[in-house]
Amino acid sequence: MAMIDEPLYPIAILIDELKNEDIQLRLNSIRRLSTIARALGEERTRKELIPFLSENNDDDDEVLLAMAEELGVFIPYVGGVEHAHVLLPPLETLCTVEETCVRDKAVESLCRIGAQMREADLVEWFIPLVKRLAAGEWFTARVSSCGLFHIAYPSAPELLKADLRSIYGQLCQDDMPMVRRSAASNLGKFAATVEQSHLKSDIMSIFEDLTQDDQDSVRLLAVEGCAALGKLLEPQDCVAHILPVIVNFSQDKSWRVRYMVANQLYELCEAVGPEPTRSDLVPAYVRLLRDNEAEVRIAAAGKVTKFCRILNPQLAIQHILPCVKELSSDSSQHVRSALASVIMGMAPVLGKEATIEQLLPIFLSLLKDEFPDVRLNIISKLDQVNQVIGIDLLSQSLLPAIVELAEDRHWRVRLAIIEYIPLLASQLGVGFFDDKLGALCMQWLEDKVFSIRDAAANNLKRLAEEFRSDWAMQHIVPQVLEKINNPHYLYRMTILHAISLLAPVMGPDITCQKLLPVVINASKDRVPNIKFNVAKVLQSLIPIVDQSVVENTVRPCLVELSEDPDVDVRYFAVQALQASDQVMMSS
Amino acid sequence: MDEDGAGTSEAPSPPPPLEWKFSQVFGERTAGEEVQEVDIISAIEFDKSGDHLATGDRGGRVVLFERTDVRDFGRRRDLERLDNSTLRHPEFRYKTEFQSHEPEFDYLKSLEIEEKINKIRWCQTPNGALFLLSTNDKTIKYWKVQEKKVKRISEMNLDSSLSVGNGCMASSSTSSPGAYLPNGGCLERPYPSLSNDFSFPPGGFSSLHLPVVVASQETSLVARCRRVYAHAHDYHINSISNNSDGETFISADDLRINLWNLEISNQSFNIVDVKPTNMEDLTEVITSMEFHPTHCNMLAYSSSKGFIRLIDLRQSALCDSHSQLFEERETPGSRSFFTEIIASISDIKFAKNGRHILSRDYMTLKLWDISMNSGPVAAFQVHEFLRPKLCDLYENDSIFDKFECCLSGDGLRVATGSYSNLFRVFGCVPGSNEAMTLEASKNPMRRQVQNPTRPARSLSSLTRVVRRGAENTSIDANGNNYDFTTKLLHLAWHPSENSIACAAANSLYMYYA
Repeated sequence: MAMIDEPLYPIAILIDELKNEDIQLRLNSIRRLSTIARALGEERTRKELIPFLSENNDDDDEVLLAMAEELGVFIPYVGGVEHAHVLLPPLETLCTVEETCVRDKAVESLCRIGAQMREADLVEWFIPLVKRLAAGEWFTARVSSCGLFHIAYPSAPELLKADLRSIYGQLCQDDMPMVRRSAASNLGKFAATVEQSHLKSDIMSIFEDLTQDDQDSVRLLAVEGCAALGKLLEPQDCVAHILPVIVNFSQDKSWRVRYMVANQLYELCEAVGPEPTRSDLVPAYVRLLRDNEAEVRIAAAGKVTKFCRILNPQLAIQHILPCVKELSSDSSQHVRSALASVIMGMAPVLGKEATIEQLLPIFLSLLKDEFPDVRLNIISKLDQVNQVIGIDLLSQSLLPAIVELAEDRHWRVRLAIIEYIPLLASQLGVGFFDDKLGALCMQWLEDKVFSIRDAAANNLKRLAEEFRSDWAMQHIVPQVLEKINNPHYLYRMTILHAISLLAPVMGPDITCQKLLPVVINASKDRVPNIKFNVAKVLQSLIPIVDQSVVENTVRPCLVELSEDPDVDVRYFAVQALQASDQVMMSS
Repeated sequence: MDEDGAGTSEAPSPPPPLEWKFSQVFGERTAGEEVQEVDIISAIEFDKSGDHLATGDRGGRVVLFERTDVRDFGRRRDLERLDNSTLRHPEFRYKTEFQSHEPEFDYLKSLEIEEKINKIRWCQTPNGALFLLSTNDKTIKYWKVQEKKVKRISEMNLDSSLSVGNGCMASSSTSSPGAYLPNGGCLERPYPSLSNDFSFPPGGFSSLHLPVVVASQETSLVARCRRVYAHAHDYHINSISNNSDGETFISADDLRINLWNLEISNQSFNIVDVKPTNMEDLTEVITSMEFHPTHCNMLAYSSSKGFIRLIDLRQSALCDSHSQLFEERETPGSRSFFTEIIASISDIKFAKNGRHILSRDYMTLKLWDISMNSGPVAAFQVHEFLRPKLCDLYENDSIFDKFECCLSGDGLRVATGSYSNLFRVFGCVPGSNEAMTLEASKNPMRRQVQNPTRPARSLSSLTRVVRRGAENTSIDANGNNYDFTTKLLHLAWHPSENSIACAAANSLYMYYA
């Protein structure tokens, strides 16, 4: 046993713990692999550390995952790019483990290393590795190999390129569905590196095989490939080869495949271009919107705005809008909810006239939906409609619905409405707000649910900020202060909370004249909870009001509270007093 | 079976009946030995290659056996190409066992959860290790069993004689958990902190070296639970089944079927829900369920009413409506108090070719063609002589016993269990009248009564149902009552050879032909 110098001691431990029984210590050592490598030097890292890691690969997944990650950035520690190939063997074994996340990480690291390797080294080391994995006995190796072709291919000589293409073709016909899935999901990346001429012949035939696979899970991934491949092909080839596939997929027997098409359709449209979209994909999309599986309709409904944006308004009105109308009364609440979350975005696309004539009735029916999520999704996007149809129409037709929702029996719906009040107020203006919404805002202060009362207090503060303190002095403060006499202490507490929020906005004068007296008065409340909240509020008012007011009004009140029989009241009063001491000292 | 075309008029002559011979027994009972409840086998399953066999028991253990008569285990791909006929009959040896499930208590529902293994299913092997799913009433677990070389670590940087450092490491092996002592000495110091100005020489420090790992020839089998799929079933899980896509599986309880991804244990999708809004309207429960062997979108489940439903996962996300319903029309006038009870299907299995489904109800074994739902293509009476005794069987609850069934890999024969540790093998090719009664003992043919009569069948009858074997065993070999306590519930047919593994209480008997 060698004796270790004192400064090297931590590294010695780190190295020893590569083989510790405790997984946490092993993990820690692996995470500091670069330190170990630097301590060993480049040459010994290549000759000793890397082989050591290659041999010790039967560890727990967490350790293997960390190892795969570290090795991806290890090129500097083995002596630079010219030695990068020594990192391949340990990663190659990690490519065959059964845990997917370890394999994926190993593939990622291999790609990262491969991208830096010199062309000659790629041919000598990397491409053979890819071929070995692709011919691997266990399917895990073959699965991993699929993710490496796009790195190997560009630097391969012509003969080898043909070889790689045919190997990839074989992987797409592997017995194991896992391998075919991996081949399908990596096809886009690989295709991007393949020359145009081969793209049309080899890759497209591979792709066609995948699109006809028996396994739904393989066809699903082939759908994703459509968009990626489409972008690589010339427009006319794309229309000739990809478009029919998409149209076929949109009528696949498996709802999961159709769901995927519905989800991807926008990307697919981008790939094939606007003209074929109009002629071929609109009918496909309309079918998906009317699919008999709710999951597919959900996916399709969620894309309706995006899809309309690439069409001209006329087509959208003619073909899509009728479907939207049907969806707004779909039997599945989730479909309606998905539609409600995007339908507002259609307003700018369709223009004012169509929106008023066609969309507005749909908005209104969704606003009255029995399912709260649907209503919420509509409300949260109201501003988008406002820009199109203007405030007058919006207020006429939508406000009654909003007022109705403000009293919805689901408190989450009320909460959502409250959160949109400041926005609405800013859009509708003061005058309108006073008439219709002012009373509601006060009403929420006495809601049965705490979250609503809390949000209502916040809302008042935001309104005061929006409309300035003069307005608030007239329309908020008197009404709020009136409610301090509510017989129920929880409501009185809400008012105290509202006061503490309003005070900073209203400024010192109004605070002293109007708010403070009410708070002081509340300190005589019979409920201790009110009293200690008074103490808290007073503490928050100290920085706002004048020094003299603190001396003459606030502190005496706090002193009195600090002698209260209730322990909590005393505690918060003392806290507030201490805070006021600090303010005085600092000033 | 594929090329035989079971439905064609010119059916080839059926294969000759098999001569069954005893092969092996594991856990044989000695005379007078009492069977421990926990040792009773509750699940048997061969893996796809037939090289491994797993059994589960009521004590929550899974025992693995491996085939000894094949040359090389690692080269599965080559093996598949081998012509197995040149090999001797399959022989197995004990490989390993592990505790898969422990007894639990559900405090919310005040329910005891038994550790009993209800089902075992082998999964596709991604590398040298073995993978399987095992389930009890509530929780499914994904197990990996791997051979690990026992390794010793020597030559650490820090001397083991030093009081600090992890000296205990030098003599420890990776397979002995618990030998590790916390290295208190080094954890107290600012753990591996190198001061910032510490500089590494370009050549590194020659005094440092890596631990030397010495691998010995010894190997140890380690079973690790990779994932636990829990809290998805309100009722008792009766079946699990892997999909041919290799990434999903399904689990069924009395009222629901859930779809899982093998890699995601915290989420499953409900695909079938037969629970009525009002539990008083409940008339039918799911009794067994299996995925089609090759079509990823197809699964079948059986019910307590004797129905088999075929589901197409492509049709919709929630498959409450079946795509096909298989049921046999009742013969009028035959109804009795027991009709409904004995109609309940206890097990269904797809044939390897995917065209047939075998189902077992209390009295019969039925073979269905999935393209013909009007009735079974063949039916076999398992123990018809018990029919007059149904009343007794009801009294002692035996009527609710759940017998499993299995098909041979070539689809030519079917098998299922009965009482008195007997099991029956029938030839299911049209024209075959093979009907054997075998006993799970070292002398399986002891009870065999050579087919005395040829069963009367009319090929021109409206249904093509063939009933056979009813007459054969009406005489009990011993001439006395059947023993209802020794029942042979679980059995499995080797995937490629004529070899059957069956469980008689705690013993595993293997036969070949």
